[in-house]
Amino acid sequence: MYEVELVNISHSYGNHAALRDISVGFQKEKTTVILGRSGSGKSTLLKTINGLIKPRSGKVIAPDRKQIGYVVQGNGLFPHLTVSKNISMPATIAGEKDRSKISARTNELLQLTGLPHTYIDKYPSELSGGEQQRVALCRALYSNPPVLLMDEPFGALDPITRRGINEKIMELRKMSGITMIIVTHDVAEAKRLADDLLVLDNGIVQQFDNKEKVFQTPANKVVAELLLI
Amino acid sequence: MLFSITAVGQTIRVGAKHFTEGYILSEIIAQQLEAKGFSVKRVYNLGGTLVCFEALKNNEIDVYPEYTGTITKEILKSENINDIGNYNLGISKPYGFNNTYALVVTNETAALHSLKKISDLQKSPNLKAGISYEFLKRQDGWDRLAEAYSLQQKPTGLEHGLAYEALLNSRIDLTDCYSTDAEIAKHKLVVLEDDKNFFPRYDAVSLYRNEIRNVMNNVVISISEKEMREMNSLAVNNNIPFDQIARKFLSKSEEVPARPFNLHDLASKTLTHLYLTFTALILAIVVAVPLGIQLYRTPKAANVFLYIAGLMQTIPSIALLAIMIPLFGIGSLPAIVALFLYAILPILRNTVNGLRNVDPLLKEISASLGMSNWQSLRYVEGPLALPAILTGIRIAAVINVGTATLAAFIGAGGLGEYIVTGLALNNTSMILMGAIPAAILALVIEFIFEAIERRAFPAHLRKN
Repeated sequence: MYEVELVNISHSYGNHAALRDISVGFQKEKTTVILGRSGSGKSTLLKTINGLIKPRSGKVIAPDRKQIGYVVQGNGLFPHLTVSKNISMPATIAGEKDRSKISARTNELLQLTGLPHTYIDKYPSELSGGEQQRVALCRALYSNPPVLLMDEPFGALDPITRRGINEKIMELRKMSGITMIIVTHDVAEAKRLADDLLVLDNGIVQQFDNKEKVFQTPANKVVAELLLI
Repeated sequence: MLFSITAVGQTIRVGAKHFTEGYILSEIIAQQLEAKGFSVKRVYNLGGTLVCFEALKNNEIDVYPEYTGTITKEILKSENINDIGNYNLGISKPYGFNNTYALVVTNETAALHSLKKISDLQKSPNLKAGISYEFLKRQDGWDRLAEAYSLQQKPTGLEHGLAYEALLNSRIDLTDCYSTDAEIAKHKLVVLEDDKNFFPRYDAVSLYRNEIRNVMNNVVISISEKEMREMNSLAVNNNIPFDQIARKFLSKSEEVPARPFNLHDLASKTLTHLYLTFTALILAIVVAVPLGIQLYRTPKAANVFLYIAGLMQTIPSIALLAIMIPLFGIGSLPAIVALFLYAILPILRNTVNGLRNVDPLLKEISASLGMSNWQSLRYVEGPLALPAILTGIRIAAVINVGTATLAAFIGAGGLGEYIVTGLALNNTSMILMGAIPAAILALVIEFIFEAIERRAFPAHLRKN
């Protein structure tokens, strides 16, 4: 049972082919880590799922954009809005008027990601990098989306903060049964978080399988080299 | 239309060129008309022959004093003064004095270089000639004069009102003037004899629209050269208001008091100034901000529009004001339109650039959250571009306060009236009476906008 399915997706930037005829399905409630070097097409693949990029050809079968959480490196928090306004932006867009409902959900998410309640009136620039990334995670999760996309979400964080957030993500997955697709080039992080691994190189899927299987029997030299790094 | 009947009680609009004699003669015409029971609208401070003539032709004024030489050489470009009828305009009998151009030097310069006639200038080619802009450009101006007399001096252009100051301070050695100028007697200047009879006659007359021919036939003005020079001197040397000089001349009455400083007048001119500035500014905001938002979404059109708006900015203010006259007449309307055009560019450019410079990551996140264009503008792009937009508005406001001083040239009033009148009277303190409040206004506006920006955007947001 697929939550997200890509059928014969190809995309290019000018003459440079970023994705070449990709067909993959992401299973419901599983966490897939997309692994690849810079320029392998990882981010492009992710953005076709929530429609930020319209591929030149092929078909995307996925929930509506508002039903897909999206977290990126560098957090993308709105600097002019408070933490609570940032987190509840999906409610603002939807025209939700019930203040108590919004504040209850905001507090729930702060608790879930381990942020103190007192942060609601702070501005993003008053928070540390790790805290900012947790706020971004809260915003992505606000509408209880069935799918969460993360593009190098912890790339800018130090290793200790990074592990802390990794653990939060794993807790979250156990609790909510959300389908996650995470882009990274960090093999150790891939090993910690993934159920399935998708190895991408030069716009082509090299291997897409259960994590253990990929590590035990890499499909080719490219995959083997990437896992060693 | 051959004629029209003008009823007593009708309003007649009297124009005036912005120089001392122009004001005095216009005031004499105006008071004569008032004495005959007409109500008069005074449209003074018009900037030069072109502006006056355009205003007359376009039915913005009914009459103004002009000189026969100017009418034939500058306006008609024909020797036959009766051609003025082709414009549906008429001229009165000459007032009785000839105010022709003349070249003057100081007493010392005349003695040093033994100058008596214009021909004598050939012997001293290194004299610095400071020539008024109008005389430099006229058909019968400097170029032809230099040709006729084989003069070698290279002229520098300057405003006539400043020429005497420059002459007395030895910044220049030689300038053009009008033969009835009050300063000639005051500073004991030497008028060089026009030994080749180069200068044509400049007999003062009323130039009017044919619709008021019957009225003007009853306005008879008779002024000798000596009387004119005395009246000019009263204005320039004794600081007597023009209307009082005219009244004294017409009634041959007693002494008149000097002009007192008038706070009420300053306040009302400042208010007019602010009205011009802010009406234009608000119109510019209403047009440029939505247009900027639209252009941000259509980048190709944006470059074309910004280019056109940039081009508009390069038109010299006084030229833009002159272009407005055939379209909108004179007074505050053309001034507001011109100021509006000047204010468009900074606001438009800062709106487009402010929106373009919003972090692309934030635009991507907005899209990923499913925001519509309008929601993205309202919650993200708009607030983040606001500091840039406010800066654009501030720049436009300061530009407008400065440029609005020039609006006086087309009869819009404001603090520029002091400057224009001061230039005409060669009265520095009057120029400053307009220039200083205008500069203070610009500073105050700057401070107010800075305060708004500080309040609206706390420090930790501005650095983002």
